[in-house]
Amino acid sequence: MKTFLAFIRKEFWHILRDRRSLIILFGMPVMQIVLFGFALSNELKNSKIAILDASHDPYTQRIIQQLNASDYFTITTSIQDEKEIEGLFHKNKVKMVVVFPAGFADLLSHQHQATVQLIADATDTNTANTMVSYASAILGSFQDWLLDQQTLPYTIHAETHMLYNPQLRSAYNFVPGLMAMIIMILSAMMTSVAIVRERENGNMEVLLVSPLKPMWIVIAKAVPYFLLSFVNVLIILLLSYTLLSLPVHGSLILFLFACLVFILTSLALGLLISTVAGSQQVAMFMSLIGLMMPTIILSGFMFPIENMPWVLRAISHVVPARWFYTIAQSILLKGVSIFTLWKEMLILLGMALFFLVISIRRFRLRLN
Amino acid sequence: METPVIQVRELTKKFGHFTAVDHISFDVHQGEIFGFLGANGAGKTTAMRMICGLLTPTSGKVDVLGLNIATQTDAVKRQIGYMSQKFSLYDGLTVRENVTFYGGIYGMGKDQLKLKIAELAEKLGLEDKIDHQVSSLPLGWKQKLAFLVAIQHDPKVVFLDEPTGGVDPITRRQFWELIYEAAERGITVFVTTHYMDEAEYCDRVCIMVDGSVAALDRPENLRHKMGKETMHEVFYQLARAAQRQE
Amino acid sequence: MSTFKYVLQKEFQQIRRNPTIVRMMLAVPIIQLIVLPFAADYEIKQLNLAVVDQDHSSYSRELIGQMTASGYFQLANYSSNFNEAMGAVERNEADLILEIPAHFERDLVREDGATLALHANAINQVKGGLSQLYAGQIIRRFNNQIRSEWVQWPRYSPVEMVKIEPQLWFNPHINYHLFMVPGILAVLITMVGSFLASMNIVQEKEAGTIEQINVTPIKKYQFLLGKMIPFWVMGMFSLTLGLVIAYVVYGIVSVGPLWVIYAFSAFYLAAILGIGLLISTFADNQQQATFVSFFFVMIFILMSGLYTPVESMPDWAKVIAYANPVTYMIQVVRGVMIKGAGFMDILPFVGIIGAFGIFFNALAVWRYRKTV
Repeated sequence: MKTFLAFIRKEFWHILRDRRSLIILFGMPVMQIVLFGFALSNELKNSKIAILDASHDPYTQRIIQQLNASDYFTITTSIQDEKEIEGLFHKNKVKMVVVFPAGFADLLSHQHQATVQLIADATDTNTANTMVSYASAILGSFQDWLLDQQTLPYTIHAETHMLYNPQLRSAYNFVPGLMAMIIMILSAMMTSVAIVRERENGNMEVLLVSPLKPMWIVIAKAVPYFLLSFVNVLIILLLSYTLLSLPVHGSLILFLFACLVFILTSLALGLLISTVAGSQQVAMFMSLIGLMMPTIILSGFMFPIENMPWVLRAISHVVPARWFYTIAQSILLKGVSIFTLWKEMLILLGMALFFLVISIRRFRLRLN
Repeated sequence: METPVIQVRELTKKFGHFTAVDHISFDVHQGEIFGFLGANGAGKTTAMRMICGLLTPTSGKVDVLGLNIATQTDAVKRQIGYMSQKFSLYDGLTVRENVTFYGGIYGMGKDQLKLKIAELAEKLGLEDKIDHQVSSLPLGWKQKLAFLVAIQHDPKVVFLDEPTGGVDPITRRQFWELIYEAAERGITVFVTTHYMDEAEYCDRVCIMVDGSVAALDRPENLRHKMGKETMHEVFYQLARAAQRQE
Repeated sequence: MSTFKYVLQKEFQQIRRNPTIVRMMLAVPIIQLIVLPFAADYEIKQLNLAVVDQDHSSYSRELIGQMTASGYFQLANYSSNFNEAMGAVERNEADLILEIPAHFERDLVREDGATLALHANAINQVKGGLSQLYAGQIIRRFNNQIRSEWVQWPRYSPVEMVKIEPQLWFNPHINYHLFMVPGILAVLITMVGSFLASMNIVQEKEAGTIEQINVTPIKKYQFLLGKMIPFWVMGMFSLTLGLVIAYVVYGIVSVGPLWVIYAFSAFYLAAILGIGLLISTFADNQQQATFVSFFFVMIFILMSGLYTPVESMPDWAKVIAYANPVTYMIQVVRGVMIKGAGFMDILPFVGIIGAFGIFFNALAVWRYRKTV
């Protein structure tokens, strides 16, 4: 037991001595929470638009004013000719142009109909769609104002409730994904590289002749990463709770248990890679392509899984991060209990066991 | 006497509060094999790295070939060779590629390089291995190859930092034959080692203890002065006085 | 000059001998370009609707019918119990709950008004917002239809209608790949450039060969330039590979001239490699180098407007976005490939990226010390 503790201490020294990596290790979650929490969002805010108003009547003035007054749009340019639109888009000056025909008010009052063109730069399809939707909503409220003279009978009122995320913060989505990513980097990537480096330097042989069983040496290597991962998860949780007022609706114990299981799975994967990789570069490369990319792409935290083609959806089922992400999100944001989540929990546990058994076997094989 | 090839005056290096090299001064003369001895941590590698311009001294002055190493670094570097403690060739490249690369850096032409490669291969008996990656050669050959690469541009001085670490006695013997050959061609050799039998091969030795020069003379003179049979005993007596240990 | 030739030759030989690097050069672009555009589909397609119908009237059935017929929603759960619908949301089976209270039809007809409730799962706030927007539109249309059934002229006269005509330029068929592929192309050469370059000098540090280099008379800029050029060539190769994949797999052909992309990438790669080399001069080992570059590349990519528009960022974040080379690369690649921007359109970006390149490379040369 004493030897074992000595090994763990040595591993800790190794990690703690590399100040730069440590700063990044703990700086990364902080940085990302700030970015995701405050900088990145899909919300439309002050999007630059241009106006082509060939009519200049009170109606168009009113619409323009309402567009400008909304948080969604800022009118930066006013043009006279449709030919200017393409140039504006090329130079990325604006993302949408609102075009009013000549005699807009006259058309409305005499023909009861006038057309507003919303010309969007659909390079970014989603933003374009959202812009058109919001502009349409503003035009709709203008329409309501036109109709205001008449009191309308038979009105359906729709009350809306935004479940789980009433302030519509995009960051909530990312918190569990961020945890998954950090755990992958620490427990899988760093662990695999550390073990391979030990072997490259020839230190592994020295360790293997020590009185400690090989399995314990590997465990000693893993323990510090295990603890660091867990501390990092707690930091992320605390930061999200204080900075982003992330709610913890469900059981914290259950959530932390899920974290532990996921960390264990990642460590097993890291160990597995270390038994296959011949050099540090290969280990890094394998964990980047084999673990990091699936975690980022296929766990559902960056991109919605339901939109993916079936092949990717099928692959996503074997990505542990996907299950962890679902569990974390359900517990934290929805307050779901184990009775709803038992299936996902079992799958994650199963994966942890499976990869642990496989990697330990491979490790033994490699030693012989 | 002509100006010394290497002139070291009051050379000092401090790392924080630790003084690794403490005001050392000595001269190295044209064509001699100068042994630089010391226990691990005595400061010999630090001193040597300062002398060939890899490390900036805290104070003191070094002239190599009459040029100041601090201000005329590039002019000095063109005329010296160096072989580090760590293996200094590219493992992933072939023998030919390594020779071509290092030769090329020193401005050797294509024809000259071709000649060098042939000469080198013959000297080491490596003719059939010339297009093999260096990583596939045994350590002893790698060391000899590294030495020949370090002197292939005919430098005036060559610095060798523990060049024979980890090789068998026979290979060490062969290695020293290569050093003698170089010295005969007029190349001044500055070599650090902790093998005392190798000290006997040197023209003069300088023994470092605790960052200072404890003794500097011809090996036989040192033995005489201290009344010892071998350099090993000489060194042992001097090193016993050491205060610091690694 | 001839010295430099040998430096360059050696770097190329080393890369050729290193299968990991070559594999990375090939695998990363291919995997990214083939997987990412399929995966990175943010388009909100069909939303799953859970209905809590406590009215069971002809109106409630009519409204549900219109919701599902709209193409925006598909019925995932139907019950008269709110908890049941909530369960569907918890299990991620439904995105929106439409709650129709008892007496909905009766209230609407007799009391002149009735209330419905919409509960959107807003964990994904964009999805939540849109589902509510779509549902609102459908309800409004349904409402108008009922009015016209019940109200007779003259109380309800034809009203002045503003017709909206949306036009989506450059991508009229809403091909999401057209948007993602050029962006990923930009990210790809960023990753290839920065990762490989950052590992490079460190590798020589670890092997000890850097010391041998440092006692030679080689100039700092020669050494760094020798390190950079092979990666520059490989980056350009990755770009070409990426363009080929974009054409073969996605049928995307650049609208604007390709040489503009290459011209800009030439400058851009130099800047990115400069950053990689700079990291390399700081790092002690390869693990650290990868880690540091991973960190910066991630921030660069997130802040580049690849996934979320720069306009949506707060002012302080916009400053970061505009100090980020990747932002310009993405704008240029998208601008040229999708919109057909020409060289004059992107000229200011070339200037900016050129300045970045000079800055980072000068810093790398300055940071790289031949003496410690």
